[in-house]
Amino acid sequence: MESVIRTENLTHVYSRGTPFEKTAIHDVSVEIHPGELVAVIGHTGSGKSTFMQHLNGLLRPDSGSVYVDGEDIFASKEATRDVRFKVGLVFQYPEYQLFEETVYRDISFGPRNMKLSESERDERVREAARLTGVGEELFERSPLELSGGQKRRVAIAGVMAMRPRVLILDEPTAGLDPAGCAGVIRNITDYREETGSTVLLVTHSMDDAAKIAGRLIVFHEGTIAMDGTPDEVFSRQRELVEMGLDVPQSAAIADALRARGVALPASIYTSRSLREAVLDLAGGVAPC
Amino acid sequence: MPKQPIIEIEDLHFTYPGDSAETLRGLNLSIEEGSFAAVLGHNGSGKSTLAKLLNAILLPTSGKIYVCGRDTSDEEHLLDLRRSIGLVFQNPDNQIVANVVEDDVAFAPENLGVEPQEIRRRVDEALKTVGMYEYRLHAPHLLSGGQKQRVAIAGALAMQPRVLVLDEPTAMLDPLGRREVISTVTRLCREQGMTVVLITHHMSECVGADRLIALSDGTVTADGTPREVFSQVELLRGEGLTAPATVRLLYALRKAGFDVPLDALSVDECADAVAGLLRRAGRL
Repeated sequence: MESVIRTENLTHVYSRGTPFEKTAIHDVSVEIHPGELVAVIGHTGSGKSTFMQHLNGLLRPDSGSVYVDGEDIFASKEATRDVRFKVGLVFQYPEYQLFEETVYRDISFGPRNMKLSESERDERVREAARLTGVGEELFERSPLELSGGQKRRVAIAGVMAMRPRVLILDEPTAGLDPAGCAGVIRNITDYREETGSTVLLVTHSMDDAAKIAGRLIVFHEGTIAMDGTPDEVFSRQRELVEMGLDVPQSAAIADALRARGVALPASIYTSRSLREAVLDLAGGVAPC
Repeated sequence: MPKQPIIEIEDLHFTYPGDSAETLRGLNLSIEEGSFAAVLGHNGSGKSTLAKLLNAILLPTSGKIYVCGRDTSDEEHLLDLRRSIGLVFQNPDNQIVANVVEDDVAFAPENLGVEPQEIRRRVDEALKTVGMYEYRLHAPHLLSGGQKQRVAIAGALAMQPRVLVLDEPTAMLDPLGRREVISTVTRLCREQGMTVVLITHHMSECVGADRLIALSDGTVTADGTPREVFSQVELLRGEGLTAPATVRLLYALRKAGFDVPLDALSVDECADAVAGLLRRAGRL
């Protein structure tokens, strides 16, 4: 399959030539295919955010290349500029970057920069607002008056409104309560289903990753330590824990049950699959 | 010997100026000295407002709060009150003021006019308590989130408070940082008898608490040991909170008619309960 993003031997060193010199990522080669939903995991300092910031040209690699739709994004100034519209990046705590006077103007900032016609802009703002559950009654409000969860969704809508081919979100649920997390995760899966876009999600939440991603990439000490389906990655629980990462709680329970001789299938990491497997095993028991 | 309450809240109401709705609606709570209490609630439940009321950053609209026997509305004792309660907030970057870790920890005692030698002793002790002594000469901005938050805790400890209130101290941290912070405050409570009030929406952080208080729309909806509260799956769900995966699995089994306990919180306890069920049923 054609890849939408491809990196070749990507290496980035911070503060080169100073006592603080630090290799953030080293020799990272990876391919992302159109329509994939990939969760990128790793603890703080593992290089995952540095990696992500190369994908839309925000950081320049010290060596190696990034190709989006087969084009080297650092080949020319124009290519680097164009990639910003193709690959949309939602930063951590994006609500700190809301700055316009109204919600509508904030969401339309990206489309305005793309020099789209007014009607096209309007259509995109409304679509992005719908996908993120931002009601049109909020359009004329100041973004600063909204609740934390609403602000977060407005900020995400602003990037979605550019209709990027690839949407990258850096810890989009950080700091939200469980209901807020579930809402944002639903927004992301809805967006992907409706637009068929590729989505890369940086997250600490193994439960989110287990629930929605088809592929997991685990960063550790600046390189990709694991890359595979949730089944493949979560079957390596011990290694994940050694890297300072969590495993989904349901996967840990399944593992503990196996240790007690319960014959559970290998691919259990969500609460639903665990529930179904256990109920299935207990199935013939007469209810008490 | 029955323990003394260190925090007493009597029919507390609070409304933000200009708001029509009450944020806290008639709270009654009493927290024992030396205990570890977790306050759980979704965004907007009033839990951060409560933290600010405890430290008299906000004052009750009606009702009373007593900390160490002192009314928080009593302006005369405001300074004493603030000395007896250490507060740690969500974002470590907003709480660190100095360029060197030990200067940051010394900030509060310096402001309180503590003798230099005593400051030195308190700073060293506080940094050792949170496991950051080796970093005392480092620059705070180069530390990890969990380390920064431990420095913030040390800063609060240097005031020698009797109560430590933490408002979502792990919200911006990764799993490793979260574990560092939670194990630090648990140790403070268990080994040094510090009263800890941990405000959070992470269920997993409440498991080690003595007491769990669930707050929703400004009132207490559940109050008990973590075991007692977590087994109320339906209630938690109604409040936009989720019970741990262990309890959810046991709950599903119960609903299907199986006899399992609901309060097996840890992974091992849960696995024991489920394996026991299968064994009794001759499936294992």
